[in-house]
Amino acid sequence: MNDMRILERDVDTNTIKFAGRDVHVYYGETEAIKGIDVDIEDKTVTAFIGPSGCGKSTFLRCLNRMNDTIDVCRVTGKITLDGEDIYDRKVDPVQLRAKVGMVFQKPNPFPKSIYDNIAYGPRIHGLAKTKADLDDIVEQSLRRGAIWDEVKDRLDAPGTGLSGGQQQRLCIARAIATAPEVLLMDEPCSALDPIATAQVEELIDELRTNYSVVIVTHSMQQAARVSQKTAFFHLGDLVEFGPTNEIFTNPKDPRTESYITGRIG
Amino acid sequence: MPGILLILILCAIAAAGYVMGRRKAATISGDDNRVLHSNKPFHGANVALAAFLSGVVALVASGVIRGVTGIADSANIMTTVLTLGAAAAAFYVTLGRITLDYRARNVTEQLVKGILIAAASVAILTTIGIVLSMVFETINFFNQYPMLDFFFGTNWTPRFQGDSDLGMLPLLWGTLYVSFIALMVAVPIGLFAAIYLAEYAGPRVRGIAKPLLEVLAGIPTIVYGLFALITVGPILRDYFAQPMGLGDSGSSVMTAGLVMGVMLIPFVSSLSDDIINAVPQAMRDGSYGIGATKSETVKQVVLPAALPGIVGAILLAASRAIGETMIVVLGAGAAARLSLNPFEAMTTVTVKIVSQLTGDTDFASPETLVAFALGITLFVITLGLNVLALYIVRKYREQYE
Ligand SMILES: Nc1ncnc2c1ncn2[C@@H]1O[C@H](COP(=O)(O)OP(=O)(O)O)[C@@H](O)[C@H]1O
Ligand SMILES: [Mg+2]
Repeated sequence: MNDMRILERDVDTNTIKFAGRDVHVYYGETEAIKGIDVDIEDKTVTAFIGPSGCGKSTFLRCLNRMNDTIDVCRVTGKITLDGEDIYDRKVDPVQLRAKVGMVFQKPNPFPKSIYDNIAYGPRIHGLAKTKADLDDIVEQSLRRGAIWDEVKDRLDAPGTGLSGGQQQRLCIARAIATAPEVLLMDEPCSALDPIATAQVEELIDELRTNYSVVIVTHSMQQAARVSQKTAFFHLGDLVEFGPTNEIFTNPKDPRTESYITGRIG
Repeated sequence: MPGILLILILCAIAAAGYVMGRRKAATISGDDNRVLHSNKPFHGANVALAAFLSGVVALVASGVIRGVTGIADSANIMTTVLTLGAAAAAFYVTLGRITLDYRARNVTEQLVKGILIAAASVAILTTIGIVLSMVFETINFFNQYPMLDFFFGTNWTPRFQGDSDLGMLPLLWGTLYVSFIALMVAVPIGLFAAIYLAEYAGPRVRGIAKPLLEVLAGIPTIVYGLFALITVGPILRDYFAQPMGLGDSGSSVMTAGLVMGVMLIPFVSSLSDDIINAVPQAMRDGSYGIGATKSETVKQVVLPAALPGIVGAILLAASRAIGETMIVVLGAGAAARLSLNPFEAMTTVTVKIVSQLTGDTDFASPETLVAFALGITLFVITLGLNVLALYIVRKYREQYE
């Protein structure tokens, strides 16, 4: 636990991006999320931690309605993005997902060139009018994804040929390319080696200036390193939610304390 | 003694061997498994396998001896004696070998491995045998008929009094034309069906539709041929060919092609469905996560990822189309013709192989031997397609390791 540096960061009061009220999620008969209230701030990195199977991914996937793609999954309660109910009839999940980008546990580049991987979203959503526009978006996204220098000479090479860490940064760049307001990351470093992890963590910290980032992680050190707010989940409940340094130095709930001291998990 | 009875007796000997081997192992160990190197069933299996296999080998060997030496063994006396003798000897020797330390387990493993290898070799050796026999007949044919005329001749008129034109091109053309039409039908429909099944259908629909499609694949092709002959052919003639002035033949390339296409639909869709399902879900999630719709995801991510495999499936379908016979016999007619009109009767390589080999045949005349040359040509074409298809499919598999 020595390398758990908890940086003093100025947690300024930001506007609320996502607000969840009494959110329940069911897979068929089983209740995976048991009534959660949460406020996720803009321009902040929020970490979800908790033992595996406690519903972190499930809740994350509610935020961009990825759960809609699972037949047996049902969500009740209210989740708003900038005050608008994202489960409202009027909301098209496809448009929502362009605004709320997602990065997955395992890097999943498409079987296309690096350029086409990035250009995929902008093309679908018609974000570029000309080829020059598109080139520009691709370059900007790759720069933001901190991978431009490594791939600028081989944009035509397949994305699947990159190393794991590069692939994950490519996927982050791909998510950025649709100009999202929020980035959801589900254990984005769990398939990466320590060096690639450090690069991705550095990137997440930079992304905070423009986006609201929500990251699921099983590493408490990582949560401590990159996040300003931390939510601790346990068995489908949101046990504790607050500034990261408070959660780690002064947890209020005994379950949180047992988890961060390694007694449950 | 008839062979089947011999085999039955061998089985009985083997069963007895199992029981006795087991019993002996039990006796010498005082029924204590821990002092035996190998467990009792292995000792039993060892005796049984040794006796049975020696018997079978002797049976085959005596058959070969008879063939080579020409000994008349009318009542199968020699065969019976050899077979049962070998089995009994092996029985006695292996039973005698059983001791506490005898490694029956390892020996049994070796024997089992041997049986499996033998089974695999039978398939491969037969293929080689088939090819060789065709090669010899083909060489015979080319000794009597010029190779260039066969491969590049545009005239197919075999005459039984000799002096035939045996140009392959009209037949090859018929084969390729029918296959082409069949693929034009089967590939889009089969592929769309596969996409529906893999990406859109719920588990209930899928559970019904997929087995149903696979049942279709099991319909004998002669049944499809009948359908071509009595239904599709006349309909095409009455409603398309005649009104458009394209001829008045009931059997046509179009008839055979359409029906063969229907036959291939389940083949293409079943293979493509498996391949589309093998595309990792993570790939789809990535696309949905960016805000792509289902059809965008299918078109731009799933299909490109599955493409090599689908191409492989199409090539396999093509090689089936090329080798198909019954549908063409009944649907396309028997006239060797180089024509572009799809409503005319034409014929294919396979049909002509059959017709050259049926009826009164003289296995020395080029009119008959040409069937082997045609057969080997077809074999090479489909083999090439299959190798290409397997290569592509394998390449594609590696991508996701
Ligand atoms: N697709 C699914 N179908 C049914 N149950 C699921 C599905 N995904 C997750 N679950 C269940 O929901 C619970 C929460 O899972 P998840 O959100 O993946 O946990 P975490 O990400 O915290 O490890 C688990 O009990 C899991 O078994
Ligand atoms: Mg998870």
